[in-house]
Amino acid sequence: MSAMPRAIRSGTPVPRAIRSSTLLRSLLLVVVAGLVLLVISDQLSAYRDLQLATGAYYFCVLAGLTVLAGSSGQISLGHGALMAVGAYTVGKLANAGWAIVPELAAATAATLIIGVPLGVAASRLRGPYLAGATLAFAVGLPALADRFPTFLGGENGLTINPPTPPASLGATFPLERWEAWIACAGALIVLFVFYNLGRSGVGRALRAVRDDEISASLGGLRIGRWQTLAFSLSAAAAGLGGGLLAVVTQTIAPGAFPLQLSLSLLAGVVIGGLGSLMGAMWGAILLVFLPNWTTDAANSFSLSSNVSHNLPLAVYGVVLIGAMLLWPSGIQGALRAIRRRAVAAFGTGEGRTPARTRADGEAMGTAEAPSGTPSAAEPSPEAGAQAPSER
Amino acid sequence: MTKFIDLTLNGISTGAIYAAVALALVLIWRSTRIVNFAQGAMLMFTTFIASGVIDGGGSYVLAFAVALASGFVLGAVVERVLVRPVENAPQLNAVILTLGLYTLLVAVAGMIWGNTPRSFPAAFSLRGYRVGGTTLLFTPNDTFTVLVVLAVAALLALLFRRTTLGLRMRAAAFAPEVARLLGVRVGRMLTLGWALAAVTGALAGVLVAPSVFVGPNNFDPILISGFVAAVIGGLDSPPGAVIGGLVLGLALSYVSGYEGSALVPLAALVILMIVLMIRPTGLFAATRERRV
Amino acid sequence: MEPTVLRVEELTTDYGPIRAVDHVSLEVPEGSVTAVLGANGAGKTSLLRTITGLVRPTSGHVKVEGEDITRWPVEEIVRFGLAHVPEGRGVIAELTVQENLRLGGLWRGREAMPLREIYELFPRLEERAAQPASRLSGGERQMLSIGRALVGRPRALLLDEPSLGLAPVLVAQIMSMVRRLTDTLGLAVLLVEQNARSALSIANRGVVLNLGRVVAEQDPHKLAADDSLLHAYLGF
Repeated sequence: MSAMPRAIRSGTPVPRAIRSSTLLRSLLLVVVAGLVLLVISDQLSAYRDLQLATGAYYFCVLAGLTVLAGSSGQISLGHGALMAVGAYTVGKLANAGWAIVPELAAATAATLIIGVPLGVAASRLRGPYLAGATLAFAVGLPALADRFPTFLGGENGLTINPPTPPASLGATFPLERWEAWIACAGALIVLFVFYNLGRSGVGRALRAVRDDEISASLGGLRIGRWQTLAFSLSAAAAGLGGGLLAVVTQTIAPGAFPLQLSLSLLAGVVIGGLGSLMGAMWGAILLVFLPNWTTDAANSFSLSSNVSHNLPLAVYGVVLIGAMLLWPSGIQGALRAIRRRAVAAFGTGEGRTPARTRADGEAMGTAEAPSGTPSAAEPSPEAGAQAPSER
Repeated sequence: MTKFIDLTLNGISTGAIYAAVALALVLIWRSTRIVNFAQGAMLMFTTFIASGVIDGGGSYVLAFAVALASGFVLGAVVERVLVRPVENAPQLNAVILTLGLYTLLVAVAGMIWGNTPRSFPAAFSLRGYRVGGTTLLFTPNDTFTVLVVLAVAALLALLFRRTTLGLRMRAAAFAPEVARLLGVRVGRMLTLGWALAAVTGALAGVLVAPSVFVGPNNFDPILISGFVAAVIGGLDSPPGAVIGGLVLGLALSYVSGYEGSALVPLAALVILMIVLMIRPTGLFAATRERRV
Repeated sequence: MEPTVLRVEELTTDYGPIRAVDHVSLEVPEGSVTAVLGANGAGKTSLLRTITGLVRPTSGHVKVEGEDITRWPVEEIVRFGLAHVPEGRGVIAELTVQENLRLGGLWRGREAMPLREIYELFPRLEERAAQPASRLSGGERQMLSIGRALVGRPRALLLDEPSLGLAPVLVAQIMSMVRRLTDTLGLAVLLVEQNARSALSIANRGVVLNLGRVVAEQDPHKLAADDSLLHAYLGF
């Protein structure tokens, strides 16, 4: 149930066309967001513009990742590596003389295509198996740079020229603002695509698969196909994010894509709430600002370099653990609603007991897959940060 | 030809390490149906502690014992405090939780001991055996490694099959609710399962430390290989874990020898995908699907 | 009057908005069988699961020989002398018959019933002692789960639909065995059944549940003869 129709129904004078069409609604959203970002970027210093750009390309990856996890229940640790694929694509093409838009499009296309066989494989894997496989992917792929040092630049990687702002913007137009515009454009495209995806039949199909695979397949959905689609789209978003990273930082080296990156992406997605595009925004903010905050904290508390260096990672770990222990219903909020419905249907003395005893030593066996009607909360920008507010 | 023999012998000794890690993962999977992605980080942590003991002047034996003991404690604490709440939750939660623990342990290790990898002594000589004029790529330390891992596997098998404690642990793993109805303190059995798994992992950490060096991320490939080995053998099968470890050790040794060590993690991934596509329950899966 | 071994007082269990057990009270004296009857969904299994501690009650009390065990953990309730043979028998398929039996008495240690005595009661189990429990037939599994419950020398025995899935001949055998054990061992037996007639044939008391509430509590002969009651609540 999306919040927006309710708000609109409560009397705001919005034209009927916009109310009823997701496409128009999302276009409006994107235009408004774009204008806001435009205005903001003008007010910001060069440094802050750079942060805006960074946040934008993180948003691309996180949006894809959150849609994957929240909509179809798949956890991927390989999106850092997919970012690397997008970044290296842009790197090679830029050095071959391609322009910005074509090279970014190529990066997105490359990861979309790679995402298909990966998605096929991923769709056949259950939770921990998928996590393990993507973990291996994340650790293994950057090593390819060492294997093909001449082509991929080895440990030092590739460098590309910064994107030059077009002459029409004036000679003194700051580079960082231009980079922010490019990155935000990419982010808005990603937002547009996933917003529409969430509201469409595709989105419904994905959620049906997430909630109850068996029912979904009995209902005629070809599960593998939808999960592959979800994976490829999220891979494409990650590739775009990686391509934007290349444009913004102009260096593409294996050291920029360690396993830690994939873990921080996971933390960013978890803290925002799986499946929530708004949450992806919060996650992006976390990823951009956390390193700065921890460095500042380290300086003000005179922490050793070992501590300050590892502090962001420690925070990510605490976020992941804390989210699972303290706000499990926040993450699984939608699933909880389904469970309630399952309890309502519970009537007999069957083996499964929804009510749990809290006695010490309680460990009642394996987890039951939540089952029920596939109509859980959709990924929506209005859903907000689900993690802190729900219990 | 000597290269092939060398790679084979090397594969056996690395395979023993993978087998130990796989055993740890299988123990935890059987008891709590969770893949402990933090296993590599946990054994990294206990190896760091052992390294600290040696730096402080302790003997190798003492460091070894401390590693095992701290592994036991770490495993028990992790299960009781962090894992217990998600044992009945959807699998996604446990995956994220163990990944979070992995992240946290790596960060804390870096904070305490720094990110520069340090060396770790071996129990026995690292000079290869001399056979008829050539030096093999197999050392007395490798023999020690293989023997210790086999001994541990045998001890665990004895524990589970022949003791009442093992009977309780198996009952708690196969049918926790029924076990509770028979007076088995299932919670304690699960904690013990994690503790024993962590000890096995700690053992692997100390054994492999001389060759990978001790650093927060140096044991990541071991975790991945251990996971792949466990999947090869079947997550439900302890003997499968040992054999899976050996098979994987050999396979990756050949890849490393003929294609270069950079490709090893990707080779492990490829093997993983092949196994999961062809025989997802592993080579030694129990024919009977476990009642969930 | 035999001492009451198991006493349930105003026990109420809710699963979210659903009240599965609604202020149920009953008593089971030593050496007697109390039959709890009802259709599917009447709350019989929920009642047993609440008594044994698998499910936490909303209110009410469960007392075993005077001791209030209401919110004890399951393992402690069992170790206090309450044995529960769950619905579906709960035989651990991966373990052998012998291992299943031993499991029942591990917590008792040396005072557990020797397996030899169980095998005397159930010779068929001795034949299959080393086989995995997965190979047993339905009737053999029922014997195994009852035998397993007895190894711990319980004071009270809760049986959840032992007749489920068994042929009538076997049902009669199981029921008469339960009666015999009750008399010889002095057990307090709470027998939950859909198969009303077979349960009432060995019971000292009869209780009928509907929608979690006790709707009838009578002498079993009267209950068995009361066709309208049985029809209304049990569908036959």
